[in-house]
Amino acid sequence: MTVYTLKIDGRDVAGSEGQSIMDVAEENGIDIPGLCHLPGIHDRGACRLCVVKIGGSPRLAAACVTKIAEGMDVVAHDEELEEYRRAATEMMFLERNHVCAVCVANNHCELQDLSADLGLTHFELPRISPTVDVDLSHKLFGLDHNRCILCLRCVRVCDEIEGAHVWDVMQRGLETRIQADMGVDWGDSVTCTSCGKCVQVCPTGALFEKGRPVAAGTRDERPFLPWLRVHQEERGL
Amino acid sequence: MSQTIVIDPVTRIEGHSKITIQLDDRGEVVDAQFHVTQFRGFERITQGRPVHEMPALMARICGICPVSHLIASAKAVDDIMAVEPTPTGADLRRVINLGQIVQSNALSFFHLSSPDLLFGFDGDPAQRNILGVAAANPQLARDGIGLRKWGQQIIEWMGGKRIHPEGIVPGGVAFRLTEEVRDRILAGVPDALAATERAIAWYKSDMLRWEEEATTLGNFRSAFMALVDRQGNVDHYGGWIKVIDADGHALAEPIDPKHFNDYIGEAVEPWSYLKSTFWKPMGYPDGIYRVGPLARLNVAEKTGTPRADEELEKFRWRVGRVASSSFHYHYARLIDTLHAIEKIELLLRGPEITGPHTRSTAGINRNEGIGVSEAPRGTLMHHYKVDDDGLVEWVNLVIATGHNNMAMNRAVLQVARHYVKGDRLEESMLNRVESVIRCYDPCLSCSTHALGQMAIKIDLLAPDGRVLSQLAR
Repeated sequence: MTVYTLKIDGRDVAGSEGQSIMDVAEENGIDIPGLCHLPGIHDRGACRLCVVKIGGSPRLAAACVTKIAEGMDVVAHDEELEEYRRAATEMMFLERNHVCAVCVANNHCELQDLSADLGLTHFELPRISPTVDVDLSHKLFGLDHNRCILCLRCVRVCDEIEGAHVWDVMQRGLETRIQADMGVDWGDSVTCTSCGKCVQVCPTGALFEKGRPVAAGTRDERPFLPWLRVHQEERGL
Repeated sequence: MSQTIVIDPVTRIEGHSKITIQLDDRGEVVDAQFHVTQFRGFERITQGRPVHEMPALMARICGICPVSHLIASAKAVDDIMAVEPTPTGADLRRVINLGQIVQSNALSFFHLSSPDLLFGFDGDPAQRNILGVAAANPQLARDGIGLRKWGQQIIEWMGGKRIHPEGIVPGGVAFRLTEEVRDRILAGVPDALAATERAIAWYKSDMLRWEEEATTLGNFRSAFMALVDRQGNVDHYGGWIKVIDADGHALAEPIDPKHFNDYIGEAVEPWSYLKSTFWKPMGYPDGIYRVGPLARLNVAEKTGTPRADEELEKFRWRVGRVASSSFHYHYARLIDTLHAIEKIELLLRGPEITGPHTRSTAGINRNEGIGVSEAPRGTLMHHYKVDDDGLVEWVNLVIATGHNNMAMNRAVLQVARHYVKGDRLEESMLNRVESVIRCYDPCLSCSTHALGQMAIKIDLLAPDGRVLSQLAR
């Protein structure tokens, strides 16, 4: 296996061929934010929060889907990148209707934590405030599109780990929604096994266990999806 | 001739309101209206939300009484799930609700009303506040602050935080009560009882000073409504709705709260965003009734706890079996508080209170649910309709302040008739009008949230609608 040496934020680090910048940064304790990234499932570079600068290139690259190369010089943190990340996070909030105070994920939310880390204290862009659906048709779980940031962790975990591929994406742009099967109510899905993995990986309160009170969190207290790690190792990722 | 008198410092009324006083050709007061001038719209903004979110959403109606809305809302969702909370869950809800009663009653009596009682209604406005009380009667201020703190701590320790706690959920409560927290609350009981009894003794010793106010501040015959338990005693959490007339006769058999709609009507007036509820058998506007601490004591046989019952006996000896003056809300509020503290102790000493079964769970088993409880200011009703998945389709809230709306209007008219002479408004009149509203401790924030200065504005109108005099803070 070829080993590459590179720099991240001025630090000399090393990684194996095929690893992403995100993986190597994680191994070396360098925190690069990301909401669609989840170890154990394929990355897709959707949230754009892990953007980094490489060499002198004017083009920003998503650290989760960019493979490392010998002699790379990566800047993962500077004022400009923080500003981009704040802007991307702000737009996630504005596209839907996020009300932390009455959300099941309050104090257990990756979007909320990230906003605090980035110092996103207020919104400068106008809100869109769209009218979107809440689907409570499943007997155990609920889906609130108001809180969905389209990270598509649910789509990937259902496809790659559970193997059911209940979730996919429909429509485009601001109208983009995750959908069960071919656009049916979740409760009417014939492929859903009710395993709850999608709920476990949702970074916000978009997917939740029904009946959970506000701020109770969407996930179990058990160790966070250990099988994702096992699966990752089995696949040699 | 229009005149504006600006009074500083700020008043002690919650939310924004306006009062219009109508004069006839001879300069006599013919009508008075208490306007609540802002709109909240919680009934609309909650449509489409999962019903399990309702308690948390409803708590946001008010920062002073979030627990009251949490309780009524959780009970409405219990009804939709067709479950009873577990006995431990129900008792924990009772304790936290009584903690809310203690802290809110303390806020009303000590922080908002005691300055009037201590310094008089014509006293220096700069002094008429809790800081003035602290300077003139430090023990009284300390007692008020201590009681409010203890009530708030109960809410925080049991519900997670003081304002908008998260512990009250459909089916019961989310957190088990630890023995450590139970003991910590119990440790505060003796001080809380002593503080309340000191305040009662002080109030009684000073009561005769306010004879004129007691006869002119909202002194009229009306019905009263409150929840009572199986024995007909005060019940802040459950039981039956009982309504009595001004002579103490029951107007109906105790009503199952789920059927409140058969007895309580709601009227809307174009001049206020606050609905006026009325006793349906008597129609609108004749079906006037009052709720709150005074109503609880008037309606109930007893409070059901020894020290409060002793005080209740003295209360009835002084003011009659059914007290008709709204001024006695203050006195009643103190006895209500005493009962709440005793009841908290009683509940916390129950063997099952720290038990593990705090919550019943169920799905959506009905499409409609009603939850009723006693808020500090009176009977609170939440009524929801949901679809088969549990998405909210329709909401109606009947807030305690709404029950008292007609009574507040009548009280304002009475004060205006007594104190307004000619076409000029005086400062002492403004304070007395505020005081009569303060008796009811209205939660205008349940229908209004405003930034900046709390305001009350009074317009004095000539027969042709001309503004003769205007008084504003």
